[in-house]
Amino acid sequence: MCISTFVNRFFAVFIVCCYSLLSSVNVLAAELDESVSFESIIPKLVTKSYQEKEIIISELSALEDVRILPVYKEMLEGKLYYAKKTNKIVFIREVSDGLAITDVVSNEDLGVVGKRELKKVKVNNKLRGMLRGEIAKLSIKSKDSMVRQAAVIELIRDLDVESIGLLRSALQVEKDEDVRELIHTALAVDDVKSDDREIRMSAVMVLKDSLYPEAKQALKKLLEKDDSGEYIEKDYKIRRAAQGALKTIESRVKVNAFAETVFFGLSLGSVLLLSAIGLAITFGVMGVINMAHGEMMMLGAYTTYIIQSLLPAYIDYSLFISIPAAFIVAGLFGIAIERGIIRFLYGRPLETLLATFGVSLILQQLVRTTISAQNVTVSTPEWMSGSLQLNPILSITYNRLYIIVFSLMVFFALLYVLKKTILGLQVRAVSQNRAMAKAMGVRSDWVDALTFGLGSGVAGIAGVALSQLTNVGPNLGQAYIIDSFMVVVFGGVGNIWGTLVGAMSLGVVNKFLEPWSGAVLAKIFVLVFIILFIQKRPRGLFPQKGRAAEH
Amino acid sequence: MILNKYGLNILNNDRGGNIFLSLLLALMIMVPIASLLMPENSSFHMATYMVTLLGKYLSFALLAIALDLVWGYCGILSLGHGAFFALGGYAMGMYLMRQIGDRGVYGNAELPDFMVFLNWQELPWYWLGFDMFWFAMLMVILVPGLLALVFGWLAFRSRVTGVYLSIITQALTFALMLAFFRNEMGFGGNNGLTDFKDILGFDLQSNNTRVALFLISALMLALGYLASRYIINSKLGRVVIAIRDAEDRARFIGYRVESFKLWVFVFSAVLAGIAGALYVPQVGIINPGEFSPLNSIELVVWVAVGGRGTLYGAVAGAFIVNYAKTYFTGVIPELWLFALGALFIVVTIFLPKGIVGLIAQYKTKNEKGVQHEPA
Repeated sequence: MCISTFVNRFFAVFIVCCYSLLSSVNVLAAELDESVSFESIIPKLVTKSYQEKEIIISELSALEDVRILPVYKEMLEGKLYYAKKTNKIVFIREVSDGLAITDVVSNEDLGVVGKRELKKVKVNNKLRGMLRGEIAKLSIKSKDSMVRQAAVIELIRDLDVESIGLLRSALQVEKDEDVRELIHTALAVDDVKSDDREIRMSAVMVLKDSLYPEAKQALKKLLEKDDSGEYIEKDYKIRRAAQGALKTIESRVKVNAFAETVFFGLSLGSVLLLSAIGLAITFGVMGVINMAHGEMMMLGAYTTYIIQSLLPAYIDYSLFISIPAAFIVAGLFGIAIERGIIRFLYGRPLETLLATFGVSLILQQLVRTTISAQNVTVSTPEWMSGSLQLNPILSITYNRLYIIVFSLMVFFALLYVLKKTILGLQVRAVSQNRAMAKAMGVRSDWVDALTFGLGSGVAGIAGVALSQLTNVGPNLGQAYIIDSFMVVVFGGVGNIWGTLVGAMSLGVVNKFLEPWSGAVLAKIFVLVFIILFIQKRPRGLFPQKGRAAEH
Repeated sequence: MILNKYGLNILNNDRGGNIFLSLLLALMIMVPIASLLMPENSSFHMATYMVTLLGKYLSFALLAIALDLVWGYCGILSLGHGAFFALGGYAMGMYLMRQIGDRGVYGNAELPDFMVFLNWQELPWYWLGFDMFWFAMLMVILVPGLLALVFGWLAFRSRVTGVYLSIITQALTFALMLAFFRNEMGFGGNNGLTDFKDILGFDLQSNNTRVALFLISALMLALGYLASRYIINSKLGRVVIAIRDAEDRARFIGYRVESFKLWVFVFSAVLAGIAGALYVPQVGIINPGEFSPLNSIELVVWVAVGGRGTLYGAVAGAFIVNYAKTYFTGVIPELWLFALGALFIVVTIFLPKGIVGLIAQYKTKNEKGVQHEPA
């Protein structure tokens, strides 16, 4: 194995040498009469050959000029251009009537030009890798500790003598604890190859506390055997230490994977909570089966879509308009359904189920004919994209995080409405004893309409959240209706807290089942589980107690 | 009058049912004549697709009877009867699949095409025996029946009733749909079972086979109807109706409500399975879409439109709604879901007894008028 890599390397070096020889002929020719400087090298980037560009980059990197870093960054992103006429390398900036260009060498403003007058300095994958490494080497001296951290992470991936030296000197001046630790890890990854036993041993100790995949790989290398079956690492103690370290790392990885699954489960649970919570009101509190509940969510999602297309310039803020708008749209639809249909069917739950199913078919088809049968695209605002990196192997995406927070906000707002407001009091009164509530002067039909409107409005809000997570199409509601019913029934009908617990536990269970059974089978298992669960406890996890519960 | 109100009219004088049976008999005589004996250019000739379409409607009508038995007479609104229908259909489909033999695209005598495609080496155990017709027919009855037995036993024993039962039956069919969509299940996944060649050696594409299948469907429908009527007319049927109207009272009198419900539920599931087995050879395909909750709930609308609790009303509803569906999807497909949705609302609010109820109401009005005149 060793020999073959050696041959490979030798061959690669040989090829690179040949190339450099060939291409350096003209470079050398040009270099004869001028000294090597930023000003002299930059214009050469006009070349089309990637090999030449590689040489240019290595020459530039040797210069230690502060102007290099921005050039590399722009080049990596494919934003470095040169003017066709003058062959000057330029930075670009988009303005309303074209591209404003600035000379890279002189930093002189060259005015606004059209895109056709420029040509891109192209890069290939090899160049990109090279640029990333060089950028990391340069930015390790940055003042911003985050930038330094990112630079070290980049360097760990591909350590060589030069970058090790760089890291060692960086460690001398580094004050930030996190970055220091990271540099220690990077150095340890290199130190395990050292000839000195002591250094190897301490490197293993350092790597034990690191979660970077490179650390794990370096430790694994220590335990490998060579072709003759002999351990590469001769020292038994170090091997044992490495084994222990690997075990520690593995258990920490497991803890992190567990945390990640819980997080995914909670985010799925909060989606379930959002979609079920409106149902918990209409079904749980009022006892009305609303099969059009999913379509209320769909209306909310489409409201988001329409508001985004009305305000294309304010994508970042349009969600804050969408939430109340979706509440109102879905709420009004809900009130219309209650007044128009459900009112006539109180006391006949099976008929209510059928009639609202008819409503759901009509609403779906309405969206298909008026907007489109295809899915529409709802864009995600800037502040919801990206993720929070907790440690090298655990990151949390912001949109999931916000959904969890948002669903809890909706939940508690609803709890407040039901428990602390006049409307909530009347809703509970009517649901517990309609005749008595009427006798006390509660306008029960008015309360019915408002309750149904509230439940539907909350479903609309859920639709806004869903529009950020899944495809928005006419079938959006269908996908969630059965799940929502399951959550409400599982948690206990008429119990809002039960809905919270039910949603979260179903979400987490689903995500734990997924890795070993696949997403579809996990869903089936959960459905079967609930069917069996209802047999055992027909009134859910937290049944309503008292006379009102016995119908 | 009171008997009439509670749907007990069937006991004394099933006029509607007799009309339906005579119509069915007429169809059984006319269709073969029109399809086989009339020359093709005659205006009395019936095209093969019409025969198949009618046969399809007949299997739907049997399914509607199955649902009416549990919903109309026992008060169990099952939103998952499509699952039993589809299971019966799959059992039949598996037999037809094995009959293809080496005439498939891959020419494997033992394995159906989709298994060869998935690189399976041998037939899964649950496909064994399906090359025999009698075994497949047994499964058509046993599989839906057993599922209904287990599910119903669990549900009725713990007294899951009303909308809860409706929702878990819907969850059941939804779960089955998800399961059958998976390729690993070994039922053809998304595409289901199709490309059937022949049944008991008769070519499925030929006109004669189609007419025979139509006749068998009509016969099974008549038998299913008579059996259901017999059950309703028996003492068991009266108890079942009592359970529908006052479950607690029936229990207090001393009847084991769960067993009665379970018995009717299982019988209904078997009928649904047979309907599915009749449906598959006529349409030539069975796929997981048959499990979709929408299918089961559409079935509920057939029964509601026709008028539940009358058996023949369910048959009428199945024919009317399905004809409307064929018509709408052919002419103005966008309108079909609007029409179906509106049907749900109109029937539940304005026609709780369906078309049959409407006719009965009209008739009693007339009778009253007649009675008043001489006085």
